[in-house]
Amino acid sequence: MRRKTPETATVARDLEQLQQIAKRLRVDILRSTTEAGSGHPSSSLSAVEVVTALYFGGFLRYDPKNPHWPDRDRFILSKGHAAPVLYAALAEAGFFPREDLMTLRKLGSPLEGHPNMARLGGVEASTGSLGQGLSIGVGQALAARIDRKDYRVYVLTGDGEIGEGQIWEAAASAAKYRLDNLTCIVDRNHYQQTGAAEEVLNMDPIDGKFTAFGWHTITINGNDLGEVVQALRRATEYRGQPTCIVSLTHKGQGILPLLEKLGDTNFHGKPLPAKYLDEALALLG
Amino acid sequence: MAGATSALQSKRPLGKATRDAFGRALEALGAERPDVVVVDADVSNSTRTEWFGQKFPDRFFNIGIAESNLVGIAGGLASCGKTPVIASFACFIMCNGYDQLRMAVAYPGLNVKVVGTHAGISIGEDGASQMGIEDVALACSLPGFVVVVPADEASAKAATRAMLDHRGPVYMRLGRPDVPKVYETDNPPFRLGQANTVRDGRDLTIVANGLMVAAALDAADQLAAEGIEARVLDMHTVKPIDREALKKAAQETGAIVVAEEHLAHGGLGSVVAMAVAELEPVPIRYVNLGDRFGESGSPEGLLEKFGLTAENLAAAARAVIAAK
Repeated sequence: MRRKTPETATVARDLEQLQQIAKRLRVDILRSTTEAGSGHPSSSLSAVEVVTALYFGGFLRYDPKNPHWPDRDRFILSKGHAAPVLYAALAEAGFFPREDLMTLRKLGSPLEGHPNMARLGGVEASTGSLGQGLSIGVGQALAARIDRKDYRVYVLTGDGEIGEGQIWEAAASAAKYRLDNLTCIVDRNHYQQTGAAEEVLNMDPIDGKFTAFGWHTITINGNDLGEVVQALRRATEYRGQPTCIVSLTHKGQGILPLLEKLGDTNFHGKPLPAKYLDEALALLG
Repeated sequence: MAGATSALQSKRPLGKATRDAFGRALEALGAERPDVVVVDADVSNSTRTEWFGQKFPDRFFNIGIAESNLVGIAGGLASCGKTPVIASFACFIMCNGYDQLRMAVAYPGLNVKVVGTHAGISIGEDGASQMGIEDVALACSLPGFVVVVPADEASAKAATRAMLDHRGPVYMRLGRPDVPKVYETDNPPFRLGQANTVRDGRDLTIVANGLMVAAALDAADQLAAEGIEARVLDMHTVKPIDREALKKAAQETGAIVVAEEHLAHGGLGSVVAMAVAELEPVPIRYVNLGDRFGESGSPEGLLEKFGLTAENLAAAARAVIAAK
């Protein structure tokens, strides 16, 4: 019998409410990175639906009043540069006040450029050196098994990130131990630092590779909340293998017309200049 | 150097390899420490973690030849309250797993125990690719890591318990061959960060760790025949270094020789020099591997070729006394 989500956790009533939360996260990502004057808003925007569904769709069981609750589910942001989406979710969930988001990347703030678990409750792994989160997730999933606990581990990687060999070391080991309490979501947003992911290093077919490594795979439109919720439900219920969700998304989802106007649909590692912020927020509706 | 006594050819009684002592100690501690989980990268019969694995199969995972993943998994286990012990050859776990040690262990300050066996050139015939000669420098460069290099069987056993009792990341360096006994007792004193004075003297101090402690004792015997009284410190903990013992050594003996089976750069010699230069500058000489890779050969032949001998240590001692 799966434990219930603590009452202190936020669970949306329905898809519409989830969509409202997703919109708030997008606003927070844009505001916080523009305020910081640096950061990775476009890489954060692509993952908003996945992060929203995990934290507010009833999948992650957490207690914002007790971030180190031993039985909590774990979410590891392996693509650590997308920290703004994680921070926005943690603020929405009540781990810290929303106004703290405006301290992003500033001296003294625990909201560092990349997540630092030693300074911020709710962060489950210190990331930013790509390719490492899945191994940490394997370790956490093994710990659950040793202790016969039912907590689950979700890892979000980038699509460029899976060029790192360690991802495949981790994938093979997760399959060896049949870690069905582990889910890897690949944010397939099609871009990495210098260009199109498939041109820099073609890793297609991603689902085929994970299947070959012994994983159960699902491919979805990762910017469609309904599809994300359904895929997470299937991953959570699937037994005998870890599940990889290949989440097809757009880098900069939500403000694409503006990025097109600016002539840069990758927009890697750039904050939106303050003069475009209102236009971007208007696009979010 | 004809007739030189390599660090393995001491007249002291031969004990087991430090890796063997670690393996037995880990196996013995497994019952009282249910939090200990061992993860292996398919070398458990070399690192001796297989003995733990045979006794506690539910807490032993062989994840294959993948040191990066090994370290990352250990970080995940530690973040869930486990005390993971990960062991591989010193060169593989430190060099292949370094970024993971930095990000998944050191940065979050997690309670992971990293054990590097087959350190130094004393592994012999397998040659340079298998010889960890830079591992101490790398480990010392990880913020918050404690770095331990036990000298013999008894101290490796004690160090294993101390490593598990310490809360936080630890790197322990072990060797492949059977090594001379430094301690006559099976339970020598062992406190992390506190050097053991294994011989007292007033003319100079030899600061050594690993198999060079036995060589230092042999060198002290040779020097005594000439009327030179050498103090010998077993500096089993490189980080944090025992500053008090070094200050006393500098003040009371006025000269220091540092001996280790490691590259010149970044090992015990560098750490001792930094402390002594700050606390009480005295002449220092170094016996180590210099700035070069090892090669294939017998362990004894290699140690002699690279100057890790009692005679070479005694010569360094005479030189440093002359520089006083």
